[in-house]
Amino acid sequence: MVAALSGSKLRARRIALGLRQGDVAQAAGVSASYLNLIEHNRRRVPQAVLSRLAAALQDTPEAFADGGGAAALDDLRAVALAWPMAELTRADEFAQRFPGWAEAVLAMHQRSLAQEAAIAAVNDRMSHDPHLSASLHEVLSAVASVRSTSVILAETDDLEPEWQARFLRNLDQDSARLAKGAEALVRYLDSGGQIDAQGSMSPQEELEAWASGQDWQIGSADIPSALSAPARDMARALQGDIRVDHAALPEAAFRAALAAHGPDPLAIANALGAAPFAAFRRLAFAKGLGLGLVACDGSGTLVLRRPVAGFSLPRFGAACPLWPLFTALARPMQPIESVVEVGAASPNAPRFILRGFAIASHPAGFGGPELRRAMMLIIPAGAEAGAATATAPALGVGATCRTCQRQACPARREPSILAGATGL
Amino acid sequence: MAGHILLIEDEPNIAEAIRFLLGRDGWQVTVLATGQGAIEQIAVLRPHLVILDLMLPVCSGLQILTDIRAAAATKDLPVLMLTAKGQERDREAAVAAGVSAFMTKPFDNSEMRAAVRALMGAA
Repeated sequence: MVAALSGSKLRARRIALGLRQGDVAQAAGVSASYLNLIEHNRRRVPQAVLSRLAAALQDTPEAFADGGGAAALDDLRAVALAWPMAELTRADEFAQRFPGWAEAVLAMHQRSLAQEAAIAAVNDRMSHDPHLSASLHEVLSAVASVRSTSVILAETDDLEPEWQARFLRNLDQDSARLAKGAEALVRYLDSGGQIDAQGSMSPQEELEAWASGQDWQIGSADIPSALSAPARDMARALQGDIRVDHAALPEAAFRAALAAHGPDPLAIANALGAAPFAAFRRLAFAKGLGLGLVACDGSGTLVLRRPVAGFSLPRFGAACPLWPLFTALARPMQPIESVVEVGAASPNAPRFILRGFAIASHPAGFGGPELRRAMMLIIPAGAEAGAATATAPALGVGATCRTCQRQACPARREPSILAGATGL
Repeated sequence: MAGHILLIEDEPNIAEAIRFLLGRDGWQVTVLATGQGAIEQIAVLRPHLVILDLMLPVCSGLQILTDIRAAAATKDLPVLMLTAKGQERDREAAVAAGVSAFMTKPFDNSEMRAAVRALMGAA
């Protein structure tokens, strides 16, 4: 049950004693209007005021403790913000008159949020699982080729020897592809019976899960043999990058630059003559800063994800096109920054500063292709620029369209499975 | 029978089988292995029919179809799209974009030949 609030207890006690609001207020040294707000749970009661009111009501302050009711009322108000048909200003009245119902509403809201998150994760997996999609596509392509080629061989009486040889060779290739694709598919489906709550992991997910377990302090950590060989390779490559980053940005110099510039990776990189991405990684992996990081290649595929609380990152598939990560990808060497809010549009939506930067390289020289990589630092709004960030106009973003509740987003590429969930 | 078909298919063995089948029926078949530059090739080759795989590297079949319908010179060009099971949502998008017909992989050779004849007006 939602515990009775301090204000309601104070009011009940005063009425029981037959005292007038003005008399109690005067005895406690507060105004009658302030006490009225307190009694109707519109104001939190400071401890000192509670002690004086308790004395005026001939009782101890403990007798009027809210027992968690105020926190529950805050939660109820959050529900009302998410469901505009609920009367926000009457949340306290609802909690007091129907504490059991209030608790049920809160429980259902929490369950709804949990289920939305679970649906989002499952949908993400089923819609965008690259392993399943790639295996099925490989099998279907091989079957299509085998089917068409074998009919040609069987039904064409006057097939020229040259074509016959070519089609037999194609059949040989496709049957091998088919066997390999089917084997991969069976292996994938077999693993479905053994997967844990997180599901079957890609090497990238294995790496990220291990790094997360180490709080991303993996520069010199032993790579566990339980990781798959591809995941171990990726872990070794990341450790190599981290070692280079620490050499370019030693701890003392890095901390001094951070103190001078804040979590601005370009300013820190420039101050210490380091590569920009080194500063991005240093900031994201630094202990205690609480920053997140995503990196993508030229196709926009996320190749590294260091999550941060409150900012969802998709496991598979394309991310939110409004992230400055992708704006930066299209404009190499140009810093792109956005203040964003995530989740359903709401006055309480969490805010972040996103800083994206991309680099183009030509590892094979003039004759080779241009490769691009981009990184985006995810900074909780409280970590920098405080009030300015809290009030600046913010861009609404999500993790991926399928699980984003911002129906009217101009960048939407497909419907959300959460459509209409909150009427936003 | 005379007519030029542009086949855009990234699976070389499937492309070879289709080219052989349609070639035996008298159609001239040009094969592109990716969607890159497809619109430019269509402008140059002026095919009577485009057979388009939905899943292509670089530029998707859906994007090529959209570009075909957007250009005045090709807005009425017949397009036969090759899709796979499980791409229903993409098929809906292709219908909205103005595709002429679908063929699902794995396809039947005789159905492929019949569909081409129909789209070329030679049924």
